Amino acid sequence: MDRRRFLMSGAALGCSAAASPFVTPVAMAAAPWDARLVVIILRGAMDGIDVIQPYGDQNLAGLRPSLLTGEDGGATDLDGFFSLNRHFEPLMPLWNAGQFGAVHAVSTPYRDKRSHFDGQDILEAGLPDLSGGGLRDGWLNRMLQVVPGLEAEVAFAIGREQMLVLSGDAPASRWSPDARLTISANARALLNVVHHDDPLFRDASQDAIEIAEQISMQEEIDEETQDMMTANPMMNSVRVGGEHVKIAEFAASRLRGDTRIASFSVNGWDTHARQSSTLSRGARALSDTILTLRAGLGPVWDKTAVLCLTEFGRTARENGSKGTDHGTGGAMLYAGGALRGGQVIGQWPGLGNGDLYDGRDLLPTRDVRDYAAWVMRGLIGLDQATLEQAIFPGLQMGPNPGLVL
Amino acid sequence: MPFDPTIAAIRFGMGLSPNIASPSSVDDMLAMLEEPDVAAQLVEIPKYNVAYPSLLDLREAGQAFSRARGTDDEDAATQRRDEVIEAAHFASWGAIGATLGRAAHTPDGFRERLVHFWADHFTVRATHGNHRHLVSAYIEEAIRPNVTQTFGDMLVAAATSAMMILYFDQHQSMGPNSQAASRNDRGLNENLARELLELHTLGVGGSYGQTDVRELAELLTGVTTNAAKGAHFNADRAEPGAETVLGVDYGGDEETMDNVVAVLRDLAVHPDTARHLSQKLAVHFISPTPDASLIDAMTARYLETGGALIPVYDAMLRHDAAWGHDFEKVKQPFDFIASSVRALGVPLDVIVDADVRALRRTVRIPMNVMGQTWQAPIGPDGWSEDAEDWITPQGMAGRITWSMTLPVQLLDNLPDPREFVFAALGPTPPDAVLFAANAAETIGDGVGIVLASAAFQRR
Repeated sequence: MDRRRFLMSGAALGCSAAASPFVTPVAMAAAPWDARLVVIILRGAMDGIDVIQPYGDQNLAGLRPSLLTGEDGGATDLDGFFSLNRHFEPLMPLWNAGQFGAVHAVSTPYRDKRSHFDGQDILEAGLPDLSGGGLRDGWLNRMLQVVPGLEAEVAFAIGREQMLVLSGDAPASRWSPDARLTISANARALLNVVHHDDPLFRDASQDAIEIAEQISMQEEIDEETQDMMTANPMMNSVRVGGEHVKIAEFAASRLRGDTRIASFSVNGWDTHARQSSTLSRGARALSDTILTLRAGLGPVWDKTAVLCLTEFGRTARENGSKGTDHGTGGAMLYAGGALRGGQVIGQWPGLGNGDLYDGRDLLPTRDVRDYAAWVMRGLIGLDQATLEQAIFPGLQMGPNPGLVL
Repeated sequence: MPFDPTIAAIRFGMGLSPNIASPSSVDDMLAMLEEPDVAAQLVEIPKYNVAYPSLLDLREAGQAFSRARGTDDEDAATQRRDEVIEAAHFASWGAIGATLGRAAHTPDGFRERLVHFWADHFTVRATHGNHRHLVSAYIEEAIRPNVTQTFGDMLVAAATSAMMILYFDQHQSMGPNSQAASRNDRGLNENLARELLELHTLGVGGSYGQTDVRELAELLTGVTTNAAKGAHFNADRAEPGAETVLGVDYGGDEETMDNVVAVLRDLAVHPDTARHLSQKLAVHFISPTPDASLIDAMTARYLETGGALIPVYDAMLRHDAAWGHDFEKVKQPFDFIASSVRALGVPLDVIVDADVRALRRTVRIPMNVMGQTWQAPIGPDGWSEDAEDWITPQGMAGRITWSMTLPVQLLDNLPDPREFVFAALGPTPPDAVLFAANAAETIGDGVGIVLASAAFQRR
């Protein structure tokens, strides 16, 4: 049994690295799996009904008289029942290649209060609710925790925001497009003295110094990303220079190396008013992001899974401001060469009066965590008990939806 | 633990200053709140009702430009529109300099901290790039004068302000059975009602349900704003009939602003609100896990006084837990920068006369790196209270880089690090910082190490 395989079985059995004589001599390990997982948090509550439009549902048009759907609204038919919102048109080549798809009528277990902040906390914590208190880690971090001894480089949270999904006891790295570190060697040593007894400041400063050193060595790789992007015809539709593009470029450059997990946010989905135009910002940013990853990852794209998750869906009916309010069920978008795209899966509950959750929202027919868990099962090889107990405590994953190729 | 002037300045104020005395007692801190607002007089920030350009100024300039297109007046109208937009941008940068100047030079640092705390509690964001200067104007009008009044006063001022109405799209909301809704296709928007209950008053665990959210949203219909009239009540949009919020009926005879004010005043003195706000204040100023007896004392004072805020601050400051020697809170990025500028003794005119480039380099970009985009938190819940959210590798990269590179750009002559360590940290700095300040290779490094130290960043 090689070391990597040992680590994996240790993870599945719940062994701790510290207890194993085989692992302790190796202080920090690269990841014992090869696949890449990118988790994008769509903050603001993406309207799944408008992005992946169930135009084959006879009730849709009546619920949304001004939010045009289907071909009347410039959308592209996907399978005769669902159509793709026109602002996501740049992703159609990926759909046609079987590398972009969606799961519909899903949600986290969060219900009824419809608060962005609680909804995002529950999504990123991966818990059924927050009643237990002590909310301090996210499910991606717990995934890292079950594979002991990983170096921080294995997982990257990118962007200016705190990513709860990757926060927790397992080390993870973080980077923002405009972070720099200017400090002399002598001052660096003195800073260690000053922070010696304060673990929070000591660890953060040391990590800052390490990341800054790595990034200065990264510039060559960034040039490589640029070359790969200009060589890719799909990138013609990407507007360069947006922060989300920089984040995706950085993620791609890391994922081509030792990084296996990256997570960041794409914001701008809280479309309470004038949704037909306000949705375009988030859509554009997400399309650019996925296409930048596709181009920047090169051959690594084939072993990559990108999951795009949002805190909840939006009301089935449009509101008085030609927008939609906070709802419940919605859609998860996914992409990547490691996943089976070109399909919209999930059990469609219907939009008739008796079908809606609370008389207003799309009824979730499955827990979105099931899909995330099955992707990690297929991609990384974690066993089901670990997923249902350690990563998503209390989850019952149900039947395998077969997303991973 | 007894009152300590150094803790008063650092934990409850904007930090130590070589030129301004720290508070001498809790009585002194509270007395300054009862007296006129000296920082507001020191540096002016226009209130919303007099801010230039107003939303009307911006709209009129835009409309005049549209009308003049293709006519002989086009050049003049274009110039006029560009001037108004430039004035808006200039005002938004001016407000950054003014806010920093007040923080660095006020003798009444507790008031400044309270303004920041309550502005964060009632977070609004500009909904357009040309409206950014109006966030500070809103704070100046709705928040600042009310931090020493009752919470109900502040709640009414903030919730019925144009900036709050615009931020939550309340101006798009109409009662489903209102006269206005019968003429067009708009309806109810629950956003403001939800945040009023969840964030501003009862708190997310509070005793309300979805029905209360909807009824409050119906009661709020009619609260609207437009460029010409500003925030006002339009009965035409209001949902007819009484609404029941937390078991109390409001309205029924006539749709007026009085019904909205009545429900806000009741929410302001609800026991859940008292506890939510007491907890939030204690978490902001003292500890992520504040002493239960502290919260009880603050909540009791709140309820006894009908939500009068100075007595609540009094209860907080007179509790032993306020003066403990565990420094559990971390300065948020603005406070870190402001307290550094204060400790360095950067003159007021250097701050308020700073040009856009200087403010961008000294404040805006460093704050972004440290994780706090100026006046633009992601959501209406404002900025995080958790030290772990700020002291990240990247956050520390920002703080270290600021400490090492910015002071020399702000001052011609940096202070001697051996003295600065006392000016910044008080009479008993930690031994390690004292050692490091003396052992640095250069004056800039010595000053930088003090500012980058946990001892300076914590409060």
